[in-house]
Formats: sequence, structure tokens, C-alpha cells
Amino acid sequence: MSTTATPPTPSAETAPGRGMRFTGWAANYVDERTSASTAVKALGRKIFPDHWSFMLGEVALYSFVVILLSGTFLTFFFDPSMTEVEYSGSYVPLQGIPMSVAYHSSLDISFEIRGGLLMRQVHHWAALLFVAAIGLHMLRVFFTGAFRKPREFNWVVGFLLFVMAMALGFTGYSLPDDLLSGNGLRIIDGMIKAVPVAGAWISYLLFGDEFPGTDIIPRLYVLHIMLLPAITIALIGIHLVLMVVNKHTQFAAPGRTNDNVVGSPILPGFAAKAAGFFFLVFGVIVLIASFFTINPIWNYGPYDPSPVSAGTQPDWYIGFADGALRLIPSNLDVVDPFGFTWAFGVLIPLVGLVVFLAAVALYPFFEAWVTGDRREHHIAERPRNAPTRTAIGAAGITFYAALWAAASSDLIATHFRLTIEGVILALQIATVFGPFLAYFITKRVCLALQRKDREIALHGFESGRIVRLPGGEYIEVHEQLDDFERWKLVSFDEYQPIMVRPNDQGKITVSQRLRASLSRWFFEDRIAPVTQNELESQKH
Amino acid sequence: MADAHDGPDHGDNAGTAVARQDSHDAAAPPAAVVRADRIPNPGFPPERLRVTDLDPKKARQAERTITVLFFLSVLGSVLAVAAYILFPIEEGDPSTIRLNNMLIGVGITLGLLGIGIGAVHWSKTLMHGHELVEERHPTRGSDESRERAVEIFREANAESGFTRRSLVRNSLIGALIATPIPAIALFRDLAPAEDPIALLKHTMWETGTRLARDPSGTPIKASEVTIGSAFHVIPEGLAELESHRLEEKAKAAVLLMRLPLDELNEDPAKADWSYDGIVAYSKICTHVGCPVALYEQQTHHLLCPCHQSQFDVANHCEVIFGPAARPLPQLPITVDEEGYLVAKSDFTEPVGPSFWERQL
Amino acid sequence: MAPTSPASARRAGRRSPLATAALLVVGLLATGGAYALATTTTATAETTVASAQLIDEGGKLFAANCASCHGLDAEGTAAGPTLIGAGALAVDFQVGTGRMPMAASGPQAEVKPVQFTQEQIDAMAAWVADLAPGPAVPADRYIAGDGDAAIGAELFRINCAMCHNVAGAGGALTEGKWAPGLAGVDPVHIYGAMVTGPQNMPVFSDLNLTPEEKNDIITYLLYLEENPPVGGWDLGSLGPVSEGLFIWIFGLGGLVAVTIWLTAKSN
Repeated sequence: MSTTATPPTPSAETAPGRGMRFTGWAANYVDERTSASTAVKALGRKIFPDHWSFMLGEVALYSFVVILLSGTFLTFFFDPSMTEVEYSGSYVPLQGIPMSVAYHSSLDISFEIRGGLLMRQVHHWAALLFVAAIGLHMLRVFFTGAFRKPREFNWVVGFLLFVMAMALGFTGYSLPDDLLSGNGLRIIDGMIKAVPVAGAWISYLLFGDEFPGTDIIPRLYVLHIMLLPAITIALIGIHLVLMVVNKHTQFAAPGRTNDNVVGSPILPGFAAKAAGFFFLVFGVIVLIASFFTINPIWNYGPYDPSPVSAGTQPDWYIGFADGALRLIPSNLDVVDPFGFTWAFGVLIPLVGLVVFLAAVALYPFFEAWVTGDRREHHIAERPRNAPTRTAIGAAGITFYAALWAAASSDLIATHFRLTIEGVILALQIATVFGPFLAYFITKRVCLALQRKDREIALHGFESGRIVRLPGGEYIEVHEQLDDFERWKLVSFDEYQPIMVRPNDQGKITVSQRLRASLSRWFFEDRIAPVTQNELESQKH
Repeated sequence: MADAHDGPDHGDNAGTAVARQDSHDAAAPPAAVVRADRIPNPGFPPERLRVTDLDPKKARQAERTITVLFFLSVLGSVLAVAAYILFPIEEGDPSTIRLNNMLIGVGITLGLLGIGIGAVHWSKTLMHGHELVEERHPTRGSDESRERAVEIFREANAESGFTRRSLVRNSLIGALIATPIPAIALFRDLAPAEDPIALLKHTMWETGTRLARDPSGTPIKASEVTIGSAFHVIPEGLAELESHRLEEKAKAAVLLMRLPLDELNEDPAKADWSYDGIVAYSKICTHVGCPVALYEQQTHHLLCPCHQSQFDVANHCEVIFGPAARPLPQLPITVDEEGYLVAKSDFTEPVGPSFWERQL
Repeated sequence: MAPTSPASARRAGRRSPLATAALLVVGLLATGGAYALATTTTATAETTVASAQLIDEGGKLFAANCASCHGLDAEGTAAGPTLIGAGALAVDFQVGTGRMPMAASGPQAEVKPVQFTQEQIDAMAAWVADLAPGPAVPADRYIAGDGDAAIGAELFRINCAMCHNVAGAGGALTEGKWAPGLAGVDPVHIYGAMVTGPQNMPVFSDLNLTPEEKNDIITYLLYLEENPPVGGWDLGSLGPVSEGLFIWIFGLGGLVAVTIWLTAKSN
């Protein structure tokens, strides 16, 4: 706690107290066996830059910890068996109804165990938050170019974590074996069956019988509590180690360069904030769980292949896949001359989603190739200073959002008094043309913002003060920026498109032509940062 | 590492990264334009001190706030335990669950937020507030260690003969590829040894099986199906099945509707599949298998609530909207001598979503 | 029917946060409502026996308010279907929920403030019932809501939930139509809807769902109404969509606000 220039630390100078002596002994004991001091020396005063958007990944990490803690509690009471029993618990509208043991034990957690419902709700809300925080974190990394060299690998690791989070979420959503999750599994079964050649077999092996079988819940349970969390934890480890190796990016600010990191040291300031933030994230999740119902499985009843509820939807992060299934036009089955069925109505959305996800995963390599940029980047770009990338991101968001909205087409229709058919048609159009529109609008907006920055950097901002000159002319006084304020507006690189050049054999390859034209597309429209000369001539 | 505000001015290093770039590939020139007359980095701005840095009274006040927050946290944890004991769940009174959930939750929330807000407030107001600077170094290893790494691999190669003894190496690669195959084979017994394709093509419906109400399993007389009715139907005997009840139900669920005869437009080839305007269609969507059960008795449209496929019952359940690829399969029905509705046969095509071998 | 009961049940609906207090109010009102309901349905039963005067009065009301669409003799016109054989229960449902008279043509008739007193509705119902036999207003014991909630819930899931949602929150139908939410609906109207199949709703005659089974379904719906959701606020019982929106806007939104406070330099 050093609040003054000379921190008062009497205990360090005079004879150490009893507590200090014990701490010293313990530290020595541990270090002689683990060499822990090396790690503390290397990491203890590592600098971490401060910006609110750098905390989003922490939200994801901490919600994962909350998921692990609440999930462990749930495993003590949950029984994944699909054996049929008659409900004997305290929820009146289900008494005497046959159901699986899995569903029964989920109900018992909710109705019989004190705090059990709270833990279920904490677990589920934390899961929704986990994926949402990953999504927002990915968007931050994307739009600030923080995936560029040397962080491409970490982008891929992060992407895999996003996929793992969705897989964990979906397997967990299925476990209570209620009507909603059962219909979700039925949809998965239908999608798997559409896979050419092996679809029916994969479904048969996965479910251990015809759908629904009696194996799927125990199998998903093993994946949900063992395999997927293990992979996720390993990936989180890699993600964090790579982050330490690469050091965190920082936004441009006076004194900050590509060759330094400015911020607070891990010990004590950053650690205190980060640890405090863990408790804040945990607290907010528990607060939500104590006041807001999530997934009231007792309403849905046990899984039965005959009933279904209006508004049957997956959790939000699977929504884009469900929406893609809804948007495809009718009657797309094709039977080929050999008599095999190609269910394009399911395959097109499926392949489309895989392509979309692959594009997300591989984008850093694509951009590096197109720009030919091999430098290390540690300054997070302002999105406007990379107009084409920002526009691509906006197009991707629009595509995803249209699919996502389609997953709630029925609720949009009832809540806004529209027709389902009209909503679907509008979203079909939005899915196909929306990304292009978003691309052009975003690119123009970025360039306009850059122009505004340039204007302000050169001429200052309008002060609103009108002055009459001796000659009778009226002018508005512009207030000049100081050097520190200006730096934020001018500290970016200008890029030029790559020229087509012959290679060693004196040939120009197709890939080079492609690359050159992509590079032109990336950088043709650009606004150069203000230079010193321009600034000087403006001043005089 | 130096304090940002006392340390030397780091000036404009932004260009140096470009200079460091390796230029092996002449075809890929640096894309960034580094202007000679770039505006220089002005260095760190003067530091703004916090009120707690300037005013010891404020610092003490912050200290008190933080302490109170930590005590509140203890209080929250105590409250959570108290709520656990004092507000138990009482059999037959769901509102006690709600109260239990809410009060334990509020206690734990207070316990967590007290620590969280306190720790962050401590960090923000009382811990050393200056920004520090750390140098970054290129991520690549130093030239020395890279050379040494290459040398190690070279030595290892020489000592093992990995490239020289190509037969050994290639047979090892072959063996490594072959070893996981048994693991794949082991997964065959995830499901019993039957052929799933044959199972998918048949349901529990047989000639003469009575149509029964879901879930009670009581058979339905044709006379009970009034115009505008919709019955959710299972084969008689399904409710009593000892095993595979849900699997059979997942294929055999049927929706039974009666339409005015003048509004029912039947396929001439299937004219005798209905009985006096009563038609039975599979409830399993041909898209991905949700139960299609939303029947509109005036428009005769069936809607699937999962993906909004729509089928026109008046026109042999053809798809009129949404992602479904095929009409719902029709179950041929008639009545037996007691007047009960019975199936004339099984479905004549597989029900539910498409699969590869569906038409074979 | 008791004019107070639908409105008051809606006012103290299951989404109220003040759970315990609301529960008490709902309980009291429901008891009072059921009592009032019992007395009025008895009255309806009596009218069927007697009172040509009532039928006569109903005829006049019909001619003044309904005949323009349904025809002077309820034979039906291009604008409205025939009511011959529709029965008293259909009139009670359609007029008693404010769906009739229709204000404007739309995808389906909407619930509006009720236009007539219960006596007037009974009179019109008597007149329509007099035209040809049709479903009558049920006996009290079938709408008392004292059946088996578990059987009712299962029947509700199989026969009703695909349109009305498992928690009775309502859902979408084709071409702008919708299945309404069921919270706060008077039991006699729930019963009437099942028997008469208003608009596009299928008919669930007594041969499909027995009157006792209908009472079980009503019991389940009353259970949902009278017992607040145990997990706290139910966000409209709309399922994962409202949960997803909530976590993005309030969960993640709130935490982003926290990060901004966390990283801002202290004064």
C-alpha cells in the first residue's frame, strides 16, 4: 500500500515479526523444492495493460471456473441413467409420471435439495455467460487486429475454446432429459442422419440404438463432465501461456510503442483487480441465479417423442445453427441415379456453418497473406484504421445475427405481430444480402471516421466560439490538440497494396495475381495518417 | 522495467519493427508505408495523481470503505448459511423453494460482491497507481538459440539415422498409422449388431393395429372423430411395451384429423387410405424429426414448431413452406368390424428425416 | 360468468415478483372468483330449463349486434360462419372473452374488453342454443380445477403445448395467427375453447378428452397460475430465447459496465 513517494514499511527494516518469519520460512521451504522464486521473478512484476475490453476474456475464464465449481456440486446429485422410473418427488404436476432417472434426479436437485436449484441456475446462467463472453472477447480481438503476428496461434486456440464451449453447452443442455432437450437431440439425430453415406450408422452408434435409445444421456454425460472439460482446461492453459509469452497488446497512447508494455504489474495491482473481478463475475452470476429462472425443466416434462412445445429453441449459442436450418427453402431432397438420398435441406446449412466457422478460424492467416505483413504487432488497432477488416467483421456479424434471429422467428412473429412466413423471408434476404450491405456501410463509416480524425489532428476541434476578424470575416475558432491528444489520432500505419512481381524464375503465378488483387481490395481505399510536414505547414 | 513517468522517453520506435523484418522473400515486399516525416511519439504524458495519493484523509476513508466491504462479505456468507437452515424446503409448498433459492443466493452474492468490490477498490485507490513500462522483445528465439536448436536436431538426426535409415523410418510411420485402427473398430459395439437401415424402414404399425389415444392407449372409434378434431395417436399396445417403448413411439406417432369431405383433396392412388374424411399422417417431421403437431382446423395446415415447416393436410400433406423436403408419410387406415380405426398396413415409406439409404 | 375473475387473475399473474403477497392475493381472488363462478354457472343451467323471455331478449341482442355478419337467422354470410349448432358454450367463449363482436377483420379474432354483461351473454347463448343443439356450458364440477394436475399436465403437453407452449405462454401459428397465452383465462373459457375449437384450434370433443380430463388440464393450468415459478422471475416462460437475450443484455452488459469501472483510473 504505497500511497506516498516513500512507502512506510517499518516491518521490512526492523526485526521481522513472527508472521513474517513464518512466511519467510515457508517461502524458503517451497522454493528449495520447486524453484518457485524463478517463476515469481519472471512473472510477479509482469506488466499488464489496462483497458476495459481486455477484461472480456477474464469474464469467460471466471465463468468457466464458476461452471466447474457449480458443476461439481451437481455431479454429486445427478444420475445420468435413462432407466425408467415413476416420479415420486414433491412437484405435484409430475407425480406418478414415468420418466428417466436422469430427469428425476434433475428434478430432485431442483425441488428436494436446499440450494440445489440455485446451483443448477448458477451453472446454466454461467454457461450462457461463458459462451457470450468468449464471443465478445473474440470480436474485440478481431476488430483491434490483436490476432496478427505473433498471435495467430492463440487466435486458433481461442477459436477451439469457442467450439468447446458450444459443445460443453450442448451436451449439458441435453442431460436433464426433459422434453426441450430431447427434442434438441432429436434435431441433432435428424441432422446426423442427413450426412451422406454414413449418417444413419453414425446416429445408430451414437445413440446406441434407434433414437432415442437408453445410452445417449450417459454418453453425453461422460463427454460433458470429463472429456470436454479436460480438453477445455488444456486449451485454456495453452491460451494463457501463449498470452504470457506474447505479452498482451495495448492501445496506442503517448509513450506506448510496439516495443514496450505499459500498465500495472501483476503483483499487486493487477492481481488484486483480477482476483476481485473473479468475485464480481461470480457474484453477478449468483445474483442472476437467485432472482431469475433458467430452464424450468419441470414445465417441459420428461422426454417423450410425441409432444413438443411451442417456442422450442436451443440455448442462444446454438441458435445460429438452428436458424440456418429454418431458413433453407422447401423440397431440397435429391435422389441420385444410384438411389441414394442427398438431404440438401440439411446439408447446405451444415456445410455453410462449417465453412463460416473455418473462415473465422483461418482469418488471421488469410489477412497475413493478403497484406504481406510479417512484422510483429503489439499495438491494438482502432477498428476504423483497418476499414476493410472492420467491414469484413461487420459482414460476418450480420450473417451470424440473421441466422441467430431466424432461430427465434416464431417469437419475433408473435411479439411484433408479424407472420412467420414474412419473418423468414426477411431473414433469408438479410442472410444473403445483409453482409454485403453491412460491408459497404461499415467501410464507408470507417473511412469517414478516419477523415474526421485527420481533420481534428490537423485543425483541432470546433470550439463553438465564433470570432469576427478585423476585416469583418467571421470564423469559428478551432481548438488545437496537444501532442498527447493528437498521438491517438495519428499513430497508425498506412498500407499500400502489394505489387505483382515476378518470382525467381521470372514468372508471375496465379496465386500472386490473386494475392495482389486481394491486397488492392484491402488497401485501395485508405486515408493516410497526418505527417509532421502537414502538421508544420498547418501551424504556420 | 521502469516507471513510465520517471523513465526515459521511449520516443518513436514505431518504425524499427519494419526494419527488423526479415526480407528473404522478394516477392512479398513490406506492405506498410513508413513515412520519414511521421509525427513522433510524444512520450508519456504527465501523471495525474489520485485523491488518495494527495490527501491522506481520503486514503484513510478508502481504507475504511474497503474494510466495511470485506465485513459485509463475511455477513453475506453468514446470511447464506442462516437462510439454508432457517428457510428449508417444505414438502408441498413450492414457494419455500423460491424463498430458499433467493435467500441463499442473496447471501452468497453479498459474500462474493463484498470481496470483489473491496479488492478492486483497494487496487484502484490505495495500491501503487503509477503505470510501469516493460520492454518487449521479438517473440522469436535469439539467433544463438535458434542455431543451437538446429544443431541439436542435426546431431539427433545423425545419431539416430532418422533420414538415412529410411526403411526404418517409413515402417515406423506405417505402424503408427495402423495402431489407432483397432480403436476405431472397438467403437462398433456402441450399438447392437443389427442393421439400422432395416429398423428405420419399419414401424410398429401392422395391418389391423388399432389407432389408440396418446398417452392412455385406448382405441379410437371412427365415430368419435368429429369434424375439426385432431387426435394424437399411438398404435394400440405401445403403452404396454416392455422395452423400446420410446424408440417405437418415436417412429409410430401419428396425428389423426377429420376434414369435411369436400375440402379433402386426395391422391387417387391413395383414395382408400382415408376413412370418411379421417386421415392419419406421421407426426414425425420429414425435416429433422420434430413432432409436427400444430393443426389448424380451418386452413388444414400443419406447422412444425421447431423449424416452421408447413404441410397442407387437405393436399396429402405436401410441403407448402419451410425447410422440410417431403410430404409427411400417410398411414393407410380403415375401420374394423367394431367400428375402431385400424391401420391397413405399416407406412409405405420410412418416416422422419431423410437418410442416405432411404430410397433403397 | 363472474366478471371480476379473469381480470383479477391476470392482474395477479404468475409473473409477479412479489411472490408471497401475490400468491395470497391470487389464492383469495381465485377462491372468491370460483365461488362467484359457481353461482353464475348455476344460473346458466337454470336458464336452459326455462325462460322464453331470455331467449327472446337474446334474439334481440343478436339481431342488433351479430346479425350483420352471421345473418338474421344465424345462417351465416360471407363475413361470418353460421351459428346453427354452435351451441351456448361457443357464444359464451367468443363473447365472454371479447373476441366477438369482431372489431376488424384480421388473421384471427382478438381478445378485447368484453362488450356485454354476463346476463346479456347468457341471453344470446340461450338464443343460439335454441336454434339447434350444440355444446352447452359445462357443469361446475368440470371447471372446478380440482382434478389430477399430473394427468392434466401430461395431456396438456401432448394435446396443447405444441401451440400454447408447455407453460401456457402461447406461440405462433401460420400466416400471422397465434395461439394465445393461457395465464388468467377463466376455466369456463378454457373448457369452451377445447370443446368448440374456436378459430383454427382443433376440436377436443368429449369423445377425445373426457370432461374429467378437461378438468385435469384446467387443474394443471390453475396450478401454474397459483404457484409462482420456483426459480424466481420466469422471463415470460419463453424458453432459451429470452434467457439468451437476458444474459447478453443484463449479464454481459452489466459485467462490461463493471470492467469499465474496474479499469478507469480512480479520482
